[in-house]
Amino acid sequence: MLNVKEMLEELKASPYEEIEINTPHTGVIEFVGLNTGDRVVGPSGKWNEKPGTLLANLTREKNKKPICATQKGVVTNIATEHEGKFVEAGVRLLTIRHFLSKEEVIARILKKALYLFCAPERAKYYFVPEIDAKIKAGGEQSVKPRDGMEMFIVSRMKRETPLAYAGPEGIIYAVYFQQGDNVDGGQPLIGVCQESQLSLIQDVVNRVQGEWEEQD
Amino acid sequence: MDIDKRTQQLAARLSYIRDIFGPRENASVALLKHRLEEFLTSAPDYGMRELQQQVERLEELFSLLEGKLEGELTPMDRVRIVRHPQRVSLKDILENVYDNYTEIGGQDEWSIDPGMIIARATIARRMGKKTVHQPVMVIGQEKGHGQEFRNGGSIKPWGNANALYYMRVAETENIPIHTYVFTPGAFPVEDYPGAAQQIAKNLYVMAGLKVPVVAVFSEGGSGGAEAIALSDKRLMLSHGYYSVISPEGAAAIEGGLKGKATPELIERCAQQLCITAEDNLRLGLIDRIIQEPPLGARPDNYEFFRQLRREVIRATDEVVHAAQGLGPLRALAMRREGKDVDPQDIFVRWSLGPSARNALVELRFNKFRAMSKGALRDNRTLGTRLGTGLVRALWQVHSLLRHDFLAKYQRRLSGLLEQWEAELRALGHGLGGPFGWLSRVGGSRLGVPPEALERLTSLSCPEEGACRTEDMWVYVSPKSKDDRTLTCPNTASHGCQDLWAPDLFGEFAGVCSHCGHHFPMEFQWYLYNVFGFAQAYEFNSELESGNPLHYEGFDLKLAEAKRATGLYSSCITFETRIEDLSTVVAALVSPFRGGTVGAAEGEKLIRAIERARIKRMPFLMYSHGTAGIRIQEGTCGVIQMPRVTMAVRRYIEAGGLYLVLYDTNSYAGPVASFLGCSPYQFAVRSSNIGFAGPGVIRETTGVEVPPNYHRAFSALSRGHIQGIWDRRDLKKNLHQALLTMGGSNLYYR
Repeated sequence: MLNVKEMLEELKASPYEEIEINTPHTGVIEFVGLNTGDRVVGPSGKWNEKPGTLLANLTREKNKKPICATQKGVVTNIATEHEGKFVEAGVRLLTIRHFLSKEEVIARILKKALYLFCAPERAKYYFVPEIDAKIKAGGEQSVKPRDGMEMFIVSRMKRETPLAYAGPEGIIYAVYFQQGDNVDGGQPLIGVCQESQLSLIQDVVNRVQGEWEEQD
Repeated sequence: MDIDKRTQQLAARLSYIRDIFGPRENASVALLKHRLEEFLTSAPDYGMRELQQQVERLEELFSLLEGKLEGELTPMDRVRIVRHPQRVSLKDILENVYDNYTEIGGQDEWSIDPGMIIARATIARRMGKKTVHQPVMVIGQEKGHGQEFRNGGSIKPWGNANALYYMRVAETENIPIHTYVFTPGAFPVEDYPGAAQQIAKNLYVMAGLKVPVVAVFSEGGSGGAEAIALSDKRLMLSHGYYSVISPEGAAAIEGGLKGKATPELIERCAQQLCITAEDNLRLGLIDRIIQEPPLGARPDNYEFFRQLRREVIRATDEVVHAAQGLGPLRALAMRREGKDVDPQDIFVRWSLGPSARNALVELRFNKFRAMSKGALRDNRTLGTRLGTGLVRALWQVHSLLRHDFLAKYQRRLSGLLEQWEAELRALGHGLGGPFGWLSRVGGSRLGVPPEALERLTSLSCPEEGACRTEDMWVYVSPKSKDDRTLTCPNTASHGCQDLWAPDLFGEFAGVCSHCGHHFPMEFQWYLYNVFGFAQAYEFNSELESGNPLHYEGFDLKLAEAKRATGLYSSCITFETRIEDLSTVVAALVSPFRGGTVGAAEGEKLIRAIERARIKRMPFLMYSHGTAGIRIQEGTCGVIQMPRVTMAVRRYIEAGGLYLVLYDTNSYAGPVASFLGCSPYQFAVRSSNIGFAGPGVIRETTGVEVPPNYHRAFSALSRGHIQGIWDRRDLKKNLHQALLTMGGSNLYYR
């Protein structure tokens, strides 16, 4: 059985992930004066069109290429010994310590605790009438999906076909689609958890929402 | 109470004056403020009679000083006047100038574009005791005295499309069009029909409208104004402005600033852009100025409306008179007509006869053709000019004889021969035997030349190295001499490998071998590799860009551009052969002042189009890159939009093929006129096409646009262009386009 509590403690003990920035190819490395502890930001803008903070420049064949931060965080452990030197591909330049946000923590917990049943193709998805009625009457948790259970109707170009649930038995923790909206292939439709863990997961999520301190 | 009302009016007048003069210190304004305050504090102590006297005295002082302040107005003050919420708007004009009107372009906010008002209006004329109601189509932007939904008269593409529709309606109904220009500029969105492309369509249609069009300018902001202002008579309100760009925009460009420019710089730019009515009259871009009351017309200036009515009637009469002529007595009366005579007293019917309608279009073309001629430097000697004129006349005669006269008989003869040949061949097929030889007449059945057959059927030619014919470039970019690599901008998404410059800019023609991204190439690459410039005949290269407005510091910049590029203007026009087809090509090249278009470029384009028309050749416009109209030439630059579009229309109507090819970045005025009006527009891959760049869109509309907003593929999916070509296939595609598209009068058809 998954120990959600333990997982949360683990996350609290190290509330960040470490992203190693490596050289994409060979070249002469030139750092841009960043020091350990400096804060950097990842790509920004509505379309992520603005690159993140410049970390270093890598020059190969007179082609100077910027290496930018991919995530927000704090710079640690800069490999200053490579400054001005020719390096091979895949050499670590520095590490960005990226502190997890509430959403990221919840996503991590749910990723481990839930089984996500995904849309097989882009289409409109509906629950079959019985399940729909059940959800409307008793909420999402009143449905207990089991393997082979016919749960969805896939509607595409006015053709409707049934779709059976495939996965472990449990109860629906969350529904990720709006009935009648188009869902891309591979996007989750429902998240299923073991019935015994439901209250635990909800509790942990609430605690994260309330207690998790985000660090910039 | 009467005194209270008059005092309030005085306070409103003072507040208006202070708005107009902005933060500037002015003794007259200070005096007015002081005297009004003084009056207001001591008013409770005055008796009724004294109050009357004091108010009258104050009113006189206001009128006097307003007259004095009128003389002190700077161009920027005039900009503030036209932008003021109290400025007369189109609705006021419809109410006060016309006798009756019905809005047909929507009502208030319930309109496809509330900034554009379209109305059917009537003007009553007297003929003896009879009253004749003459119908007019009124089209114009409405600023709406602070009504937010009017968007300040900034028109979206669909608003301009609606205006165009009703211009066509007016043409069908044979009634004149009065347009009123009250716009700071068009709203820069690319959604279909697209800001630039719609203005181009408007210009193209207006160039050939067969009804009188009279335009009145109050606020003429560049392309947005041109969308409805291509007219037979162009009148301008004395306090209006007509400009290529807002003074703020010019200042931001001038100062190279991203943020706000200083008020002094804006003031200086407004001064230098020559935006006032007097400036535009002096430059010959408008016909007349309509005098407004001191400090600009406001909705309660009824005498101004009466004058405006007289002026629009007079202008329409003059247009009709020029196109179809009036009776001798009326013509005489019109000539003698002074300002004191009401033009309403002379009756002129505004619907034109069939021949007059064609004459009107011709007159309009000639009017615009003559504009801005003095804004460029013609370095040709007198001998060259005479020679060119003579050659042109000879070509015209040749064209007449060869294509209009002889070709007619030739076509009949060849049609007859073709029929006989087909009959004979049918005879051969059907009978076989002794007549079978007839079907074999004319050589091989495939008709493929033996060398092409050889090339197509042999697999390789190892003794000659790689068997490549298409990538043997005549001109190789100097960038290929660098011993370095380059990274494709699509590396992150497509995983492209670094490219070695000699490969990339040499053999690959600047195209990423993995994803097909096109790196920008010099215009010479296209000239020599696509258009065969080495064998081409360049003409009008002596026409030189000038500085008609004596814009400060621009002479130096222009000289620098000329020195760096070795060109006299951003436009190169030449006659060349694409495969076996003679073609006239005009290229706008970006290294010369960003490929901007001014008077010299406009003139060169028109002459190239005329050459293509006379010599019955296809006309190809290659935009290597253009940033728009050259702002330092002010309205002399803007006027090239209608001028060149009119020449294009004449050419297409004469049966020519006009093809546009975009490369790198093409924006603003040229796209919104002579480039955008072509029915055949193609783009080189990785080019950008649009009306305003992302920065301008963000500043004017507050909307962030995605990075691929102006890409050629976006333009293609919006329906603005007809196709996207690979740089390496340009010559082949152009040749195919010349063979498969276009007008009926091309000599090779």
